[in-house]
Amino acid sequence: MIPAQFDYVAPGSVEEAVAALAEHGDEAKVLAGGQSLLPILRMRLNAPGVVIDLGRIPELQGVTEDGDHLVIGAMTTYAAVLASEAVSTHAALLSKAIATVADPQIRHRGTVGGALVHADPAGDVGAPALALGAELVIAGSGGSTRTVAAEDFFEDLFTTAVGEGELLTQIRIPKHTGWGAHYEKFVRVSHQWSIVGVAATVRSEGGSIAEARVGLTNMGSTPLRAKAVEEALVGQPATDEAVRAAVASVAEGTNPPSDLNGDADYRKHLATVLTRRAVLAAAGA
Amino acid sequence: MTRINVTVDGVSYSDEVEPRTLLVQYLREGLGKTGTVVGCDTSNCGACTVHLDGTSVKSCNVLAVQADGHEVTTIEGLAENGELHPVQQAFHECHALQCGYCTPGMIMQACDVLKNNPDPSEQEIREGLEGNLCRCTGYHNIVKAVQQAAGAMSSSSSQAVSS
Repeated sequence: MIPAQFDYVAPGSVEEAVAALAEHGDEAKVLAGGQSLLPILRMRLNAPGVVIDLGRIPELQGVTEDGDHLVIGAMTTYAAVLASEAVSTHAALLSKAIATVADPQIRHRGTVGGALVHADPAGDVGAPALALGAELVIAGSGGSTRTVAAEDFFEDLFTTAVGEGELLTQIRIPKHTGWGAHYEKFVRVSHQWSIVGVAATVRSEGGSIAEARVGLTNMGSTPLRAKAVEEALVGQPATDEAVRAAVASVAEGTNPPSDLNGDADYRKHLATVLTRRAVLAAAGA
Repeated sequence: MTRINVTVDGVSYSDEVEPRTLLVQYLREGLGKTGTVVGCDTSNCGACTVHLDGTSVKSCNVLAVQADGHEVTTIEGLAENGELHPVQQAFHECHALQCGYCTPGMIMQACDVLKNNPDPSEQEIREGLEGNLCRCTGYHNIVKAVQQAAGAMSSSSSQAVSS
């Protein structure tokens, strides 16, 4: 099937894109890399009157460093993130998670910003963004911008803090230089959505865990951060026994879906196992 | 309608297209390049893989208007002067196909894998072809073909260097 008819706009700047959003209102849909949107349009789950393509806005692409932050343009592709030494050095968790997204062809086109705003709870970008304490820069009308913390960004299934007439422009990630990282993803078949995924990054000191950050994929309607587990890990040796005990309660307070891939209890069990594996791998154990 | 200028398999085209036209539709129905096939409706199968500015994409998951100003290579543009591309030759010799439907996409993606990694391990080949489905369960010979092509391409490039 092919998409229903739409008008196409390809603005050359963020300012023009925001103006196009203001002009077309809720008739408009923003096209980033298109790897989720185009299947949706083809299956006619959505039929926008206007598609606003961000692919011709150079300022939205690329990775730069700004002091103790990495700044990733919203239209930076997964492949560009994977090729970025700055990301693998200062936010290894994001590289590790993105390496597992879909397949090579989709990683060539799909974008970090597109994934975050699409906000599929089974997507692999939200949990590392949350665990790394990312800040999301959102442009609005009249050249205004505002910054939203990742924990306030994800509101519900496919719903974020990006409001009508607004555009995500940048992902700012505090550098986690020297932190070990691992993304443990469970799928039944290759290049599918996570049944459960766990993003863990750890700062080690003399064989024990000095700080830890843990994000969960597909354990609720949004990505979740496991703060109680992060606290329980501090000061623990990176051993199977100690980590097993510290992460035992990771599924408490989560609300994972039940579907053909597994019921909620199964996902809660998986989260416990995968968190232990992810933390141990991130700690280099 | 929107005007696009695209280079496909080395030839420049300028056409009016509906914005909703998928790149694969433009290639097949607009340009008659039916070597690129549509296998699924969900961007899973990879049969429609082409190169856009030298990297592999699923052409059912790209709009023709997004290719405006860019260069596309399809399976039809791989052979040079009537000589099969080493990956095509290896698929032929290793019998890396049964029904052949996934083959155009498999070959285009295999070229992408070898461009980034001229000497991939079996595991790297399988991961590199993760987005391409073969429903005849023919992966075994496909992997063998990519290994053979990797050998052929590295020996021909070392000959070129030494000659």
